[in-house]
Amino acid sequence: MGYQLDFGALAGYLGLFLEGLGVTLGLTAIAASLGVGLSIGGAATARWGRGWARALVLAYVELIRNTPFIVQMFFIFFGLPALGVKLTALEAAVLAMTINLTAYTIEILRAGIEAVPKGQHEAGAALGIRPSSVFIWVVMPQALANVYPALVSQIVITMLESAVVSQIAVTDLTHVADLIQSRTYRAFETYFVITVVYLVLAVALRRLLVRAGRRLFAGR
Amino acid sequence: MVELPLTDMAIYLLAATRWTLLLAAIAFLGGGIGALLLLLLRYGRPKLGSRVLLLYVELFQGTPLLLQLFLVFFGLPLVGIDVSPLLAAGIALTLYASAFLAEIWRGCVDAIPRGQWDASGALGLNFLLQMRYVVLPQALRIAVAPTVGFLTQLVKATALSSIVGFEELTKAGQIVSNATFRPLLVYALVALIYFALCYPLTFCARLLERKLSQSR
Repeated sequence: MGYQLDFGALAGYLGLFLEGLGVTLGLTAIAASLGVGLSIGGAATARWGRGWARALVLAYVELIRNTPFIVQMFFIFFGLPALGVKLTALEAAVLAMTINLTAYTIEILRAGIEAVPKGQHEAGAALGIRPSSVFIWVVMPQALANVYPALVSQIVITMLESAVVSQIAVTDLTHVADLIQSRTYRAFETYFVITVVYLVLAVALRRLLVRAGRRLFAGR
Repeated sequence: MVELPLTDMAIYLLAATRWTLLLAAIAFLGGGIGALLLLLLRYGRPKLGSRVLLLYVELFQGTPLLLQLFLVFFGLPLVGIDVSPLLAAGIALTLYASAFLAEIWRGCVDAIPRGQWDASGALGLNFLLQMRYVVLPQALRIAVAPTVGFLTQLVKATALSSIVGFEELTKAGQIVSNATFRPLLVYALVALIYFALCYPLTFCARLLERKLSQSR
């Protein structure tokens, strides 16, 4: 007992902190854009692809969704160099986060596509629009609108889970916290402040994306 | 560098898997009790309870599990409690599971028609009896599938306890990988074991969900 909390010791690390904040947000932004983009293709393949391609996508989704993110990241960062694929920690983090997020968003988008009425496909076909164009311009926008809230949740989860990339020495927010606490010996205070920052980020990111969604899918 | 035959590696990893399972079991049990308490508060004192639940869920779903772990691990010693990695991970995962289970189960309780509360209230049952004999048994039926689904998430979440030094499957993987210099093989094995634990749960959850939606 008798431990005095001291947050003052953290004040000198603002620059480092902002750097970590930038890395966390940057990683999330890249993984989210790549992930959602790739999963549109993945979901389309799962729905209309050839047998083997469909099986491949579904196997990928199950494999990723049933293993922990940290193990996927270790496999990529420590394991892949044995196959001659050398990645920096940052590249490995982006790759792991994207691979992870994509599996979840494929599953989400699949549900979104299922929920688009069949008549929409048929109407598109009846108008003589190419199947690929029907998918891109008719089905996909509606599917995205259907599952947008779930996508937002998944992106927020990815942002929070990105804390784990600190374990391969990517200088994200959590890694900055590790550094600060090892210099100040104020572990609890440091992690407490960083946790609050994550909470604020999660709330802000959700609000931002929800607002963007309202613009994007206005009138639906 | 140590040469280890594949079977020895697998045995070592499988032996560590019991700690993963133990931790998941502790978190599920503790989380179940925590969630139940939150729900009793939520429906027993709706005004205060719904605020507490909302705040609790937001706190634990809005922050990284890794940092929750760190806060418990570094926080408890400050108030004079010495924690082992297992205890710290057990407490952190219990708090984490409480939030998710409370959120899942709240949805299930909310799905019980208002008339069930009214009818049981009219029959003179007090709040606890209503919960025990009318609401929870019905909610349980719809809660099984998502709860089993959450177990997958919980098993995966235990992997983070390796970071505070708890020697479960992921930590064992790191140890073997460092000793043998065969990270590709070792982490593939680790992933495979997690998959073997999680996939049956995912599969069951899906099956239960389909059964439930058919019986309606």
